[in-house]
Amino acid sequence: MTTATAPKFGVLHLTPAQIRALRVIPMWIIGALIAFAVLWVLVLADRSFTVETSAGSALAEPGEFIVTLLDGLTFAGLLFVVSSGFTLIFGLMRTVNMAHGAFFLLAAYLAIELQQQMVGKERNIEADEVAMLQWIIPLLVAAAIVAALGVLMQQLFLRWNQGQDLRQAIITVAVTVILADQMLLQFGGLAKKMVWPGAVVHFFEIFGQRYASSRLFMLGLAIVVGALLWVWLNKTRMGMVIRAGVDDQEMVRALGINVTIVFAITFFVGSFLAGVGGVMGASFAGVAPGTDGQWLLNSLIVVIIGGLGSVKGAVAGSVLYGMVIAFSPSYLPAEYTFYSIIFTFVILAVVLAIRPNGLYGRSE
Amino acid sequence: MTMSSRNVAAIAMGIFLVALPLFGSDFFVDFVMTRTMMLGLAGATLVFLSAYGGMVSLAQWLIFGVAGFAVGNVVAESGRGLKLGMNPWMGVLVAIVITTLLALMLGALSARSTGIYYLMLTLTYAVIGFFFFGQVTTFSGFGGMTGIDPPGFFADEPKRLYYVGVALSLLAYVGFRLIARTPFGMSFQGLRDDPVRMSSLGFNVQLHRTLAFTLAGFVAGLAGILNIWWNGQIDPTSISIGPTLDLLIIAVIGGIAHLEGAWLGAFVFVGANIYLRDLPGVGSLGGFLEERVFAEERFNTVIGLVLLLIMLLSPDGLAGIIVRITTAVKRALGKSGDDEHTFLDADGPEPEGWTSGLAGHTRSSHQHISSTPPIKGEAT
Repeated sequence: MTTATAPKFGVLHLTPAQIRALRVIPMWIIGALIAFAVLWVLVLADRSFTVETSAGSALAEPGEFIVTLLDGLTFAGLLFVVSSGFTLIFGLMRTVNMAHGAFFLLAAYLAIELQQQMVGKERNIEADEVAMLQWIIPLLVAAAIVAALGVLMQQLFLRWNQGQDLRQAIITVAVTVILADQMLLQFGGLAKKMVWPGAVVHFFEIFGQRYASSRLFMLGLAIVVGALLWVWLNKTRMGMVIRAGVDDQEMVRALGINVTIVFAITFFVGSFLAGVGGVMGASFAGVAPGTDGQWLLNSLIVVIIGGLGSVKGAVAGSVLYGMVIAFSPSYLPAEYTFYSIIFTFVILAVVLAIRPNGLYGRSE
Repeated sequence: MTMSSRNVAAIAMGIFLVALPLFGSDFFVDFVMTRTMMLGLAGATLVFLSAYGGMVSLAQWLIFGVAGFAVGNVVAESGRGLKLGMNPWMGVLVAIVITTLLALMLGALSARSTGIYYLMLTLTYAVIGFFFFGQVTTFSGFGGMTGIDPPGFFADEPKRLYYVGVALSLLAYVGFRLIARTPFGMSFQGLRDDPVRMSSLGFNVQLHRTLAFTLAGFVAGLAGILNIWWNGQIDPTSISIGPTLDLLIIAVIGGIAHLEGAWLGAFVFVGANIYLRDLPGVGSLGGFLEERVFAEERFNTVIGLVLLLIMLLSPDGLAGIIVRITTAVKRALGKSGDDEHTFLDADGPEPEGWTSGLAGHTRSSHQHISSTPPIKGEAT
């Protein structure tokens, strides 16, 4: 090796100062793009002087803007319920539960079956025929069954290979493949829908736009779930143990705390949340084979954006992703709305470029 | 250096594959082995990244599919998509360029992640890709594209397609193993074992990961071109989450720490898909297969159970079982002086030291032996 050469960095032989200067450029570009998007949604997307979009800007059409915002927020609620379960399990046990989507779908199917039993009708159930309990009891029962299944899976297949994260992930992939196939056999390939209780199905006016109160009910439910999670994790002894376990599992073990039971309970709660989300999702948009994969994707995106293992991150990720899902099709020029899926990728890329471990993620 | 049993087996297998059409039935060659070669080639890129670099990428099947969509858009004359109606070889060129650039972009974007994060991130790419081709009707839409003809040379000549599959597979197999011995491959394996140390030694970890991913994407794209020639059609469902996981399943069943495992797993997967079926309508088998090899109903339960069993009992798959059996046989015959890691020495810089959680208890006992010496040994 030759001596007395200046230190070289990267392939282009730049000095550290030059590298720092170069790193600023993408940040400026990203900042400018975000600023343009905000400006577009708030002011520029106006049919009278720019292109036709399915929702007008906040200035021109406040009603359409508010509805899009509410759509994003309510969907974020559902996203949070599902992904908080995923992130809870990962945070404590480092287990990526790829069966999370399958649990979502299974709970949805079970609750739909149960609701049909309780109402006493196989098809064409109207919301007025559904009492509040005929929605809540299927929700709780289905979520509990799925949660028990989750604990069973954890005890049988995951308990003894703790720490081998890839092996665990592939084991849950196997469970997903089997569950998806069996659900197809049991429940068929047609789309099914859970029916909201009549008490929450109303429409109200907001800035001249009709809006379904069931979506707000969904958001309210998500806030209740979030509050309960917060109290559980921050105000109880078990929550304290879980938070300690996230930070340093070995130390918690060494202090004589029975981590095995805490693991099982966390898996129960995580799967339970998948189930609750499944029933909410089935009432909101219906379910069909393939919904499981879609919700696994949604959970993954939320936790990758928000930071794996962080409940706070799940909130942030849900809101950000929910907004992108709601705003991108509404504010793209009308003939290009089908490109909205690209924004899912863009949001992922931008967050990863700025914070590789997600908004609230910690580096390993 | 005498030839290791692994190389002997690989050469024997290569000769067997080349000679196969002489004695194998047309159905076996076309529907089982051609497909095995394509899936094995795609699976090998997954194994290459995970075994040598610790990057378990689920985006390989996406790239495989994108190659098909690229060929379809360029070649097809009617139906959905761009309908450019150009020469099939032009389609090949476009597909290679697009898949390589896509791999470069995705690889750079995920270069800071490893292990389980890499798996989740690439799975996300894969599913976004599925929705992209489903929703963006400019390029396909959920209906998919049909009537994509291969170049005239391959029309109605399934054996020629098979030979391309064999040639590409052999090239990829030899190529990946040779690359593992180059300085690039050495440092790539080094950053699998200890990225922090490699980084402080001055290696550009992210650049290595990006380049390796790009190379794997290029090869996966080639497999995808082969697939579209064989299939003649493609739709977004064929790159949805199910088939994406199927490629992982193929690699895991074969043995995700062994390059050969990809083809082994593909053979078992395709074979099981065809011969395990309990359908009465065997007469319509050919036509049905052409449409949807993955759509067999109860097959997924069987393959899921196989995967579960493999993960519970032998996480390094069939290839791992074979290695263990040959080691046991050798030891019983008294051929080897020092027992356990003979096959590791014979294999040179092989991925046995892969520690990101898959290696079972049988392996962990000598992981420390295998992960360091090859790097030191080859570097000096």
